[in-house]
Amino acid sequence: MTNAATASAASAAPYLSINNVEVIYDHVILVLKGVSLQVEKGSIVALLGANGAGKSTTLKSISNLLGAERGDVTKGSIEFKGQRIDQMTPNDLVKRGVIQVMEGRHCFGHLTIEENLLTGAYTRSISRAELKDNLEKVYHYFPRLKTRRTSQAGYTSGGEQQMCAIGRALMAKPEMILLDEPSMGLAPQIVEEIFEIVKDLNSKEQVSFLLAEQNTMVALRYADFGYIMENGRIVMEGAASELATNEDVKEFYLGLAGEGRKSFRDVKHYRRRKRWLS
Amino acid sequence: MGFFFEVLIGGLLSGVLYALVALGFVLIYKASGVFNFAQGAMVFFAALTFVGFQALLPGWTGLEEGSVMVFWLAFILALASMIVLGILTEKVVLRPLVNQPQITLFMATIGLSFLVEGIAQAIWGANVRALDLGIADEPIGWILDSADMIVSSFDVFAAALAGILVAALALFFQYTKVGRALRAVADDHQAALSIGIPLQHIWAIVWGVAGFVALVAGLIWGARSGVQFALTFTALKALPVLILGGFTSVPGAIVGGLIIGASEKLAEVYIGPFVGGGIEGWFPYMLALFFLLVRPEGLFGEKHIDRV
Repeated sequence: MTNAATASAASAAPYLSINNVEVIYDHVILVLKGVSLQVEKGSIVALLGANGAGKSTTLKSISNLLGAERGDVTKGSIEFKGQRIDQMTPNDLVKRGVIQVMEGRHCFGHLTIEENLLTGAYTRSISRAELKDNLEKVYHYFPRLKTRRTSQAGYTSGGEQQMCAIGRALMAKPEMILLDEPSMGLAPQIVEEIFEIVKDLNSKEQVSFLLAEQNTMVALRYADFGYIMENGRIVMEGAASELATNEDVKEFYLGLAGEGRKSFRDVKHYRRRKRWLS
Repeated sequence: MGFFFEVLIGGLLSGVLYALVALGFVLIYKASGVFNFAQGAMVFFAALTFVGFQALLPGWTGLEEGSVMVFWLAFILALASMIVLGILTEKVVLRPLVNQPQITLFMATIGLSFLVEGIAQAIWGANVRALDLGIADEPIGWILDSADMIVSSFDVFAAALAGILVAALALFFQYTKVGRALRAVADDHQAALSIGIPLQHIWAIVWGVAGFVALVAGLIWGARSGVQFALTFTALKALPVLILGGFTSVPGAIVGGLIIGASEKLAEVYIGPFVGGGIEGWFPYMLALFFLLVRPEGLFGEKHIDRV
């Protein structure tokens, strides 16, 4: 009974919520100007926007990797399952189930793929058999990795490295993965393959995802909900299907104009309209 | 021919000593990307601390001077001081410098080396002290009889010790969870952080292990040539060893050490007479220079993997 009660209480509070977070790098550069967003348990949420909009910084403020880059959350709060997590070390966060897969893969180049995956389980104290089970599970989702298990990660392809990075995060048994730009520098086909796996993990392993993407079209196809960022602020939010059909989003991020080609005068108009705020 | 082998074996065995010092450099370089200039000072500090405790302990505890008990107690105390020194270094010097350019870290370790030398001498005094491990430095009888070669029993002991140490470290790096994490941290700090590897713990472990290696190297070197300030300079012989073997490779440090040891002795004996001797001092550095031109990553070093 009590279990059910606490479970319902937990579900009442948002799973992951960021409230009015401000991030300053090097004590002077204001990057996030009050970002608030929420992720429901078991959902895939896309964080969209152009270069420098603050997507990666938002993810890093959650996983607390900002410290190593001289960034600092100066305002606001971050809660995971009803608990403040903004002062926790990445090590604590990973133990709690929040893990980030960094932009640009960041595999350990001189370690083999399998060793890379094994390092992912560093924070867990589990038996050898359990570790092996976990490894097999990752190989089940990423069969390509199994064929490359003994190669040094530095010599594998970009797609394989991205899979390795996600697989490595999976080894930590996360509840929530912060996925930063998984499509970067990959062929469309591989991007598709990776997003399929993300969807699969989401539905079969109940892992929630918050993913930062520039590839708006693909991201909205796989996500449940989306936020659009610009200049360190969230300028738009909505269900993924709504965003995908929204005229503005279509125009600015999907490159689909409503009525054919435009004259130069209209292009100017388009540039002015792009700023939702300020 | 007997003489050639005698020189060769003598060289190889002294090479093992270089390798031991080089090992300390490799450990820290591998895990934190820092070239720890203070490793030589750490060797000196370790040996001096050991000798210091060995002299003091009989007075403190009433144990018999030179007994096995005193040896191991002094060893444990010296090891503890090395680990404390290592952890302090990580906390006070390196932690505030996380994510700074390599050259900054390198300069910090140069400063550290002066500090460690100074502290060691301030505590234990600057006199040359003798260190006796209880292993005789004399020719092994049966080799002298059967092959007519002089091979020092002490050198053989030192080589065996180094061999065991290296094997243990290699296994540790390759097959344990912490060893794997160490290599991961060496490859990419940020990524290691992102999957929850606590960098501070890892660095504390590495500096602790490097302290242990420094202690073993200090004991053997100290027993060889007395515990004195010059130890810090002999430790710099590890540089050509590292260049030869590769900065990131434990086996590289060993093979590099052997090559440097053997080649410097052979060069001294066979080339030395033509140029008036004294080759031993600079020959290793010349060899290192040659290697830098031909194979900059060393014999076993990890090639920098770059994807285009």
